[in-house]
Amino acid sequence: MSDSPEPRQALPHDPAVRSAVRTALSVSVATGLYGISFGALAVAAGLDLPQTMVLSLVMFSGGSQFAAVGVLGAGGAAGAVVATAGLLGARNGLYGVQVSALLGDRGWRRVLAAHLTIDESTAVATAQPGQRAARVGFWWTGVGVFVLWNAFSLAGALLGDALGDPRRYGLDAAAAAAFLALLWPRVGWSRGGSRDGAGDDLRTGRWVALAAAVVALALTPVVPAGVPVLAAALLAVVVGVLAPGDGTSEATR
Amino acid sequence: MSPLDRTTAWIAVLASSALVYATKLAGHLIPRRALDNPRVTRTAGLVTIALLAALVAVQTATGGGAVQVDARLVAVAVAAVALVLRAPFIVVVVLAAGSAALLRALGWMA
Repeated sequence: MSDSPEPRQALPHDPAVRSAVRTALSVSVATGLYGISFGALAVAAGLDLPQTMVLSLVMFSGGSQFAAVGVLGAGGAAGAVVATAGLLGARNGLYGVQVSALLGDRGWRRVLAAHLTIDESTAVATAQPGQRAARVGFWWTGVGVFVLWNAFSLAGALLGDALGDPRRYGLDAAAAAAFLALLWPRVGWSRGGSRDGAGDDLRTGRWVALAAAVVALALTPVVPAGVPVLAAALLAVVVGVLAPGDGTSEATR
Repeated sequence: MSPLDRTTAWIAVLASSALVYATKLAGHLIPRRALDNPRVTRTAGLVTIALLAALVAVQTATGGGAVQVDARLVAVAVAAVALVLRAPFIVVVVLAAGSAALLRALGWMA
């Protein structure tokens, strides 16, 4: 650290670190607010307040939480809930590999960092120019999203309980829209494209998305709730393993 | 919607939460080179895409174990337009809910 004339200043002088904090705060607010819809949807699906809050506090991964609530609400068995939420959370394991290399933490800090490893904290950390800014970006985003996501989940659950029939307020449609918004950047339909690949991989991703939706709808009348979604995941595994190319070369149409 | 069995819900909530956390921790503990295979990364990305797309389909167009077309379909179309226009996450979700609520209030596609 340099000899700062204002040692008590909250933000450091390094502009990269300041920028990381600013990004972290705006991402935290945007993501946290969206916790309202999670809380409301969870109680609408039939979960009670403690169950809703365990998902936000312990699972703490938006996509997996919405999936767990969606499958439970549709009458899926516990096994289907665990499989769907677990598979959707698999990407967090890959994020963990990237993030732990950036953070270099050991012991309890690593245990805590693992808990805060989600789409947003990984995205902010990996987008920073230096390691110091990456660390600041990770922790500020992780803690910021955690605090606000849980606060707004609670607000949403209390609000959802008070509202009554969720369909009247279109909350069932909000769940579908939330999944669409989570899917959108991954198939490159928004600026910047997907973090996971580019070009031919994006095209593969779009075809997999379309096929997954068709498979899920086709299976819905014939198999128990939760299974259509898992069948779609299986299809993706088959494509991922068998499709030519290694993620950097040409993929087939 | 039928009431959830409390025990089933608790088992599902606790087991799935534990699995999601264990996955995060595993990522932090395993050496980087173990997952350096681009095919592993690609497959994980495709599984996420397939799950999300299937969840969109199921949440939009099924109900009671059958394919069902109602106000949700219009709401998701509105959400897609909002996403094309690069609306923020929360706006997309609110617009979708509002569209479905409006259609139902008007008695269309209930």
